[in-house]
Amino acid sequence: MIIQTKFLGELEIEDSDIITFEQGMLGFSHLRQFYFLAVEGNPYLSYMQSLEDSDICFITIVPAAVVEEYNIEICSDTVEALKVKDQKDVELYAILNIHGEIENATVNLKAPVVINRHNKKAVQELLNDDRYDIKHPLVKES
Amino acid sequence: MLVLTRKKNESIMIGDDIEIIITDISEDKVKVGIRAPKTMKVFRKELIQAVELENQSSTQIDKLDIKKLEKIIKK
Repeated sequence: MIIQTKFLGELEIEDSDIITFEQGMLGFSHLRQFYFLAVEGNPYLSYMQSLEDSDICFITIVPAAVVEEYNIEICSDTVEALKVKDQKDVELYAILNIHGEIENATVNLKAPVVINRHNKKAVQELLNDDRYDIKHPLVKES
Repeated sequence: MLVLTRKKNESIMIGDDIEIIITDISEDKVKVGIRAPKTMKVFRKELIQAVELENQSSTQIDKLDIKKLEKIIKK
Protein backbone atom coordinates (compact mmCIF):
# COMPACT_ATOMS: atom_id res chain seq x y z
CA MET A 1 0.00 0.00 0.00
CA ILE A 2 1.29 3.48 -0.86
CA ILE A 3 0.64 6.23 1.68
CA GLN A 4 1.28 9.95 1.86
CA THR A 5 3.44 10.96 4.84
CA LYS A 6 4.13 14.31 6.44
CA PHE A 7 7.91 14.09 6.56
CA LEU A 8 8.93 11.36 4.13
CA GLY A 9 6.73 11.97 1.10
CA GLU A 10 5.05 8.96 -0.49
CA LEU A 11 5.96 5.63 1.01
CA GLU A 12 5.14 2.08 0.17
CA ILE A 13 4.35 0.30 3.41
CA GLU A 14 3.61 -3.17 4.66
CA ASP A 15 0.34 -3.86 6.45
CA SER A 16 2.37 -5.40 9.26
CA ASP A 17 3.77 -1.96 10.15
CA ILE A 18 0.32 -0.51 10.83
CA ILE A 19 -0.74 -0.08 14.44
CA THR A 20 -4.36 0.38 15.47
CA PHE A 21 -5.70 2.55 18.27
CA GLU A 22 -9.19 1.17 18.69
CA GLN A 23 -10.15 4.18 20.82
CA GLY A 24 -8.11 6.69 18.82
CA MET A 25 -5.53 9.02 20.32
CA LEU A 26 -6.52 11.61 22.93
CA GLY A 27 -7.59 14.71 21.04
CA PHE A 28 -7.66 12.67 17.81
CA SER A 29 -10.34 10.13 18.58
CA HIS A 30 -11.15 9.88 14.85
CA LEU A 31 -7.65 8.67 13.97
CA ARG A 32 -7.29 4.94 14.45
CA GLN A 33 -4.54 3.72 12.19
CA PHE A 34 -0.93 4.79 12.22
CA TYR A 35 2.14 3.67 10.38
CA PHE A 36 4.92 3.11 12.87
CA LEU A 37 8.36 3.53 11.34
CA ALA A 38 11.69 3.62 13.14
CA VAL A 39 13.97 6.47 12.13
CA GLU A 40 16.65 4.78 10.05
CA GLY A 41 19.77 3.99 11.99
CA ASN A 42 18.38 5.30 15.26
CA PRO A 43 17.34 2.93 18.03
CA TYR A 44 15.26 5.53 19.91
CA LEU A 45 13.20 7.55 17.47
CA SER A 46 10.20 6.61 15.37
CA TYR A 47 7.61 8.26 13.19
CA MET A 48 3.98 7.57 13.98
CA GLN A 49 2.18 8.64 10.83
CA SER A 50 -1.61 8.73 10.63
CA LEU A 51 -3.00 6.78 7.70
CA GLU A 52 -6.24 8.74 7.81
CA ASP A 53 -4.70 12.22 7.84
CA SER A 54 -1.35 12.63 6.12
CA ASP A 55 -0.76 15.90 7.96
CA ILE A 56 -0.68 14.19 11.35
CA CYS A 57 2.59 12.59 12.30
CA PHE A 58 3.95 12.14 15.81
CA ILE A 59 7.61 11.66 16.61
CA THR A 60 8.12 9.14 19.38
CA ILE A 61 11.08 8.32 21.55
CA VAL A 62 11.91 5.34 23.69
CA PRO A 63 11.57 6.50 27.33
CA ALA A 64 14.91 4.88 28.22
CA ALA A 65 16.61 7.53 26.07
CA VAL A 66 15.16 10.23 28.33
CA VAL A 67 14.98 8.86 31.87
CA GLU A 68 17.02 6.18 33.56
CA GLU A 69 14.02 4.49 35.02
CA TYR A 70 10.56 4.31 33.55
CA ASN A 71 8.65 1.93 35.72
CA ILE A 72 4.99 2.33 35.00
CA GLU A 73 1.92 0.39 35.84
CA ILE A 74 -0.29 -0.37 32.88
CA CYS A 75 -3.91 -0.67 33.94
CA SER A 76 -5.67 -3.99 33.55
CA ASP A 77 -8.16 -2.38 31.18
CA THR A 78 -5.35 -1.60 28.76
CA VAL A 79 -3.85 -5.06 29.13
CA GLU A 80 -7.23 -6.43 28.16
CA ALA A 81 -7.80 -3.99 25.30
CA LEU A 82 -4.40 -4.85 23.85
CA LYS A 83 -4.97 -8.57 24.48
CA VAL A 84 -1.52 -8.86 26.00
CA LYS A 85 -0.53 -12.47 26.49
CA ASP A 86 3.17 -12.03 27.03
CA GLN A 87 4.65 -9.01 28.77
CA LYS A 88 7.57 -9.16 26.35
CA ASP A 89 5.25 -8.10 23.53
CA VAL A 90 4.58 -4.74 25.15
CA GLU A 91 6.49 -1.75 23.81
CA LEU A 92 6.39 1.76 25.25
CA TYR A 93 6.96 5.00 23.42
CA ALA A 94 6.71 8.61 24.52
CA ILE A 95 5.58 11.41 22.24
CA LEU A 96 8.00 14.22 21.50
CA ASN A 97 6.82 17.79 21.34
CA ILE A 98 9.19 19.86 19.27
CA HIS A 99 8.49 23.56 19.25
CA GLY A 100 11.02 26.13 18.11
CA GLU A 101 14.54 25.08 18.91
CA ILE A 102 15.05 21.34 19.17
CA GLU A 103 16.89 21.87 22.46
CA ASN A 104 13.55 22.99 23.96
CA ALA A 105 11.71 19.83 22.93
CA THR A 106 9.71 18.03 25.59
CA VAL A 107 8.67 14.43 26.06
CA ASN A 108 5.26 13.33 27.28
CA LEU A 109 6.06 10.72 29.90
CA LYS A 110 2.60 11.03 31.43
CA ALA A 111 0.77 9.48 28.51
CA PRO A 112 2.92 6.89 26.75
CA VAL A 113 1.86 4.96 23.70
CA VAL A 114 1.63 1.27 24.57
CA ILE A 115 1.86 -1.16 21.67
CA ASN A 116 1.36 -4.87 21.66
CA ARG A 117 3.98 -5.88 19.11
CA HIS A 118 2.26 -9.23 18.63
CA ASN A 119 -1.07 -7.95 17.30
CA LYS A 120 -0.20 -4.26 16.63
CA LYS A 121 -2.92 -2.96 18.90
CA ALA A 122 -2.09 0.33 20.61
CA VAL A 123 -3.41 2.51 23.40
CA GLN A 124 -2.32 5.87 24.72
CA GLU A 125 -2.11 5.15 28.43
CA LEU A 126 -2.76 7.92 30.94
CA LEU A 127 -0.79 7.61 34.17
CA ASN A 128 -1.85 8.66 37.64
CA ASP A 129 1.83 8.89 38.50
CA ASP A 130 3.35 12.08 39.85
CA ARG A 131 6.88 11.05 38.90
CA TYR A 132 6.23 11.60 35.23
CA ASP A 133 5.40 14.84 33.52
CA ILE A 134 3.55 15.77 30.34
CA LYS A 135 6.37 18.12 29.43
CA HIS A 136 9.57 16.44 30.51
CA PRO A 137 12.54 18.28 28.97
CA LEU A 138 14.34 16.24 26.31
CA VAL A 139 17.61 17.88 27.22
CA LYS A 140 18.56 17.98 30.87
CA GLU A 141 19.10 21.52 32.04
CA SER A 142 22.71 21.99 32.99
CA MET B 1 -27.51 16.49 35.53
CA LEU B 2 -28.30 15.01 38.92
CA VAL B 3 -27.16 17.27 41.76
CA LEU B 4 -27.04 15.93 45.32
CA THR B 5 -26.15 17.65 48.57
CA ARG B 6 -23.71 15.75 50.77
CA LYS B 7 -22.00 16.41 54.07
CA LYS B 8 -18.53 15.40 55.13
CA ASN B 9 -18.12 11.60 55.29
CA GLU B 10 -21.30 11.00 53.36
CA SER B 11 -21.11 9.17 50.09
CA ILE B 12 -22.82 8.42 46.83
CA MET B 13 -23.03 5.05 45.13
CA ILE B 14 -22.90 4.82 41.35
CA GLY B 15 -24.06 1.38 40.31
CA ASP B 16 -23.06 -1.44 42.60
CA ASP B 17 -19.36 -0.91 42.88
CA ILE B 18 -18.45 2.76 42.59
CA GLU B 19 -18.51 4.85 45.74
CA ILE B 20 -17.76 8.56 45.91
CA ILE B 21 -17.02 9.75 49.43
CA ILE B 22 -16.75 13.36 50.54
CA THR B 23 -13.79 13.12 52.91
CA ASP B 24 -13.16 16.77 53.66
CA ILE B 25 -14.66 20.16 52.96
CA SER B 26 -12.88 23.46 53.30
CA GLU B 27 -13.71 26.92 52.06
CA ASP B 28 -13.31 26.39 48.31
CA LYS B 29 -12.18 22.78 48.12
CA VAL B 30 -13.68 19.38 48.63
CA LYS B 31 -11.68 16.20 49.04
CA VAL B 32 -13.29 13.29 47.30
CA GLY B 33 -12.48 9.63 47.82
CA ILE B 34 -13.30 7.25 45.02
CA ARG B 35 -13.72 3.56 45.55
CA ALA B 36 -14.02 1.82 42.18
CA PRO B 37 -12.93 -1.42 40.51
CA LYS B 38 -9.32 -1.36 39.38
CA THR B 39 -10.33 -1.51 35.74
CA MET B 40 -12.23 1.77 36.10
CA LYS B 41 -10.19 4.70 34.83
CA VAL B 42 -10.30 7.63 37.23
CA PHE B 43 -8.53 10.85 36.26
CA ARG B 44 -8.71 14.54 36.95
CA LYS B 45 -10.46 16.00 33.92
CA GLU B 46 -7.70 18.60 33.51
CA LEU B 47 -5.19 15.80 32.95
CA ILE B 48 -7.16 14.37 30.06
CA GLN B 49 -7.59 17.83 28.56
CA ALA B 50 -3.88 18.59 29.04
CA VAL B 51 -2.88 15.40 27.22
CA GLU B 52 -5.32 16.16 24.39
CA LEU B 53 -3.75 19.59 23.98
CA GLU B 54 -0.26 18.16 24.23
CA ASN B 55 -1.02 15.61 21.51
CA GLN B 56 -2.38 18.32 19.27
CA SER B 57 0.59 20.55 19.90
CA SER B 58 2.97 17.64 19.27
CA THR B 59 1.71 17.33 15.70
CA GLN B 60 2.44 20.99 14.97
CA ILE B 61 6.02 20.44 13.93
CA ASP B 62 6.74 22.91 11.14
CA LYS B 63 10.25 21.78 10.40
CA LEU B 64 11.87 18.59 11.56
CA ASP B 65 15.65 18.39 11.66
CA ILE B 66 16.00 14.71 12.42
CA LYS B 67 19.82 14.80 12.28
CA LYS B 68 19.96 17.52 14.92
CA LEU B 69 17.46 15.63 17.03
CA GLU B 70 19.57 12.48 16.82
CA LYS B 71 22.65 14.43 17.86
CA ILE B 72 20.92 15.81 20.94
CA ILE B 73 19.71 12.40 22.02
CA LYS B 74 23.14 10.83 21.67
CA LYS B 75 24.64 13.30 24.17
